[in-house]
Amino acid sequence: MTPPSPSSPEDRARAYWRANLRILAVLLAIWFAVSYGAGILFADALNRIRIPGTGFPLGFWFAQQGSIFVFVVLIFVYVVLMNRLDRRYDVDEEQRP
Amino acid sequence: MNVQAWTFVLVALSFALYIAVAIWSRARTTREFYVAGAGVSPLANGMATAADWMSAASFISMAGLIAFRGYDGSVYLMGWTGGYVLLALLLAPYLRKFGAFTVPDFVGDRYESQTARLVAVVCAIFVSFTYVAGQMRGVGIVFSRFLEVPIELGVAIGMGIVFFYAVLGGMKGITYTQVAQYCVLIFAYLVPAIFLSLMMTGTVIPQIGFGGVESGSGQYLLDRLNGLHAELGFAPYTDGTKAVIDVFCITAALMVGTAGLPHVIIRFYTVPRVRDARLSAGYALLFIALLYTTAPAVAAFARTNLLATVSGRPYAELPEWFRTWEGTGLVRFEDHDGDGIVRMAGPAAALDAAGAPARNELTVDPDIMVLANPEIAALPNWVVGLVAAGGLAAALSTAAGLLLVISTAVSHDLLKRNLKRDITERGELIAARAAAGAAVIVAGYLGVRPPGFVAEVVAFAFGLAASSFFPVIILGIFSRRANRQGAILGMISGITFTAAYIVYFKFVNPAANTAEHWWLGISPEGIGAIGMLLNFAVAITVARFTPPPSPETQRLIDSIRVPRGAGPAHEIEA
Repeated sequence: MTPPSPSSPEDRARAYWRANLRILAVLLAIWFAVSYGAGILFADALNRIRIPGTGFPLGFWFAQQGSIFVFVVLIFVYVVLMNRLDRRYDVDEEQRP
Repeated sequence: MNVQAWTFVLVALSFALYIAVAIWSRARTTREFYVAGAGVSPLANGMATAADWMSAASFISMAGLIAFRGYDGSVYLMGWTGGYVLLALLLAPYLRKFGAFTVPDFVGDRYESQTARLVAVVCAIFVSFTYVAGQMRGVGIVFSRFLEVPIELGVAIGMGIVFFYAVLGGMKGITYTQVAQYCVLIFAYLVPAIFLSLMMTGTVIPQIGFGGVESGSGQYLLDRLNGLHAELGFAPYTDGTKAVIDVFCITAALMVGTAGLPHVIIRFYTVPRVRDARLSAGYALLFIALLYTTAPAVAAFARTNLLATVSGRPYAELPEWFRTWEGTGLVRFEDHDGDGIVRMAGPAAALDAAGAPARNELTVDPDIMVLANPEIAALPNWVVGLVAAGGLAAALSTAAGLLLVISTAVSHDLLKRNLKRDITERGELIAARAAAGAAVIVAGYLGVRPPGFVAEVVAFAFGLAASSFFPVIILGIFSRRANRQGAILGMISGITFTAAYIVYFKFVNPAANTAEHWWLGISPEGIGAIGMLLNFAVAITVARFTPPPSPETQRLIDSIRVPRGAGPAHEIEA
C-alpha cells in the first residue's frame, strides 16, 4: 500500500476506495478458499490427509470446524486493516480539534 | 429436586431476568425504539446479534441434523457463519454510515424509488413472518416437553414475555434482553457439551474431544463412528453423499441469505460509529462460533452414543431416557423381525439370514438430540432444566428481533415514509408499538396452528433473502452505475425465479423433487444462489441501457464509502 500523495480530495478518495477493495479481495479470496475450496470442492482429496495427532480427516475438519475459525479471524483482521487504512487516509472517526 | 422442578425454577429465573432488563431499558423515542439510540457498545451488540441470529433451530435442531447427515450437515455450519464475513466486509460498515433505520430505507433512498422501497418492505415482512412462526412453535415444544403444559399455553406464555419487552422496549429493550439471553443460551449449550466430551473422550473442550480418542474403544472417535456406520450399512460419517454442486449452492444460498436477512442487518444500525459496526460483526461471529463449533462435536458424540448404546441391544434392556422420549412419539421402535432387539440399518446394510436386506427398526427425530442429550448422558437434573431455559432464550430472542423488523416495516417504511408523512414522533411510536403488538398475536397464532408449509418455507427464507436483498444492497454500495430500473427488475426476477423453482418442486410437483429432475442437480434449498446471480445479471444489464443515478445519489454513494461523518442513525428528509 502506498501512502496517499498530497493530491486532490477526489484522487485521495479514489485511492482510499481502491485500497479498501484490495483488502476486500484478499480477505474474500481466503474466505472462499477455506469454505468452498477446502470444505467442499477439494474436501474428498483433503480427506486422505489426517491432522496429525487427531482423528480429523482434513477436508471434514475444514467443513465443520476450520472454516468457522478462519471466518472469525478474517473479520478481526479486517477490523485492524481498515482502522489503519482509515487513519492513513485521514477518513477515520476520531475526534480531533 | 426433580427435573421438572429444576426446569420450572430455571425458566422462571431467566424470565424474571429478561423482564427486569426490559423495564430498565424502556424506549422513549422512535430512535430508541428503532435503533436503541445508536448507543450500543460493539461487544453488547455482538452478543445481541448472536442471540438474535441463533434461533430455536440452531439451538435445538442443528446438532441433531448434523448427527444424522454427517458431512452433508456442514452446509449449515459454513452457511450460517460464512455469511457474517460477507456482512462485516461488504454491508455493515456502509449501511451504518448511511445511517437509516431499516433495510427498505436504504433501498428506497439509494435507488430514489418508492416502488423499490415497497418491494423491499414486502420481502422483509414475508421473510420475517415465516421465520417468527417457527420460533413460537419452538417455544411451545419446549414448554410442553419440559413443563408438561399444552403447546397452546406454552405459546401464549412466550407471546406474553415477548410482547412485554418488544412492545415496551423496542430495539433498546430487545438489545439488552438479548445480551442476557445469549449468556443463558450459550451456558446451557456448553455445559452438557463439556460433560459429554469428558464422558466420551476424557477431554474438557468439545472441539478437541471431537478429534480425540474415544474412551471406550481406544480408537479415534471419528474412526469409531465411521466403523459403526460401515457395520450397520450407513455411508461414512465424514464423507458426503450429496452432489458437490448442490452442497456448493446450498452453502452459498445460506451464506448470502444470512447476510441479507433484515433482522440481522438492522442490528448494525445500533452502534455509534462505522468502526464499531465492523468490530461488532467480529464479536457477533465469535459468539456464534462458540456454539457453531461445539454443535458438530455434540453431533458426533450423540451419534456414536446412540449407535453404541442402543443399536443391537434388546428392547427390554434400554435405558430410562429411551422410554421418556418414546412417550413423546419422537423416538419409535418397530420390531420388524420380532426378535425384541433394536436393529439400526442403513441403505447398504448386510443381508440377514433369509437373504433380505436388514430393515431399520429405530426412528429418532433429529430435534431431540440436543434436548435428550443430558438424559442420554445421565447428567444431573439441573442440566436438563438449563437446556430448556436455553432453548427458550434462543427462540424468544430471535422472535423479538423479527417482530421489531415487522413493526418498523409498518410504522416507519409504510406509514412515515409512504402513506402518512406528516405523522408525529409520538404517533409513529404508538404505531410502532401497535404494529409490534399485532405482529406478536399473528406470530402466536401461526405458532399454535402452523400452516403445513411453515417449516418448509423457513428453510427457503434464506434463498428468498439471498435472491432479493443481497444483490441490490451490494450494487447500491459498490456500483455507481446501478440504478432504479435495474434494482427493481433485478429484485423481481431474482425472487420470482427462486420462488417459482421452490414452489414447483415443493408444492406443484413434489413427486419430481429428486436429483435427476433438478436443474443442473441443484436442489430447491440451493436455488437461491442461482437466483442471486440472476438478480445481479439483470440489475447490471438493465442499468447499462437506462440512465445513471442522479448526481445527488452519486454524492450519497461517495459519502457511504468513507467512515468519517457518520452521525447517529437519523431521520432522512423525504
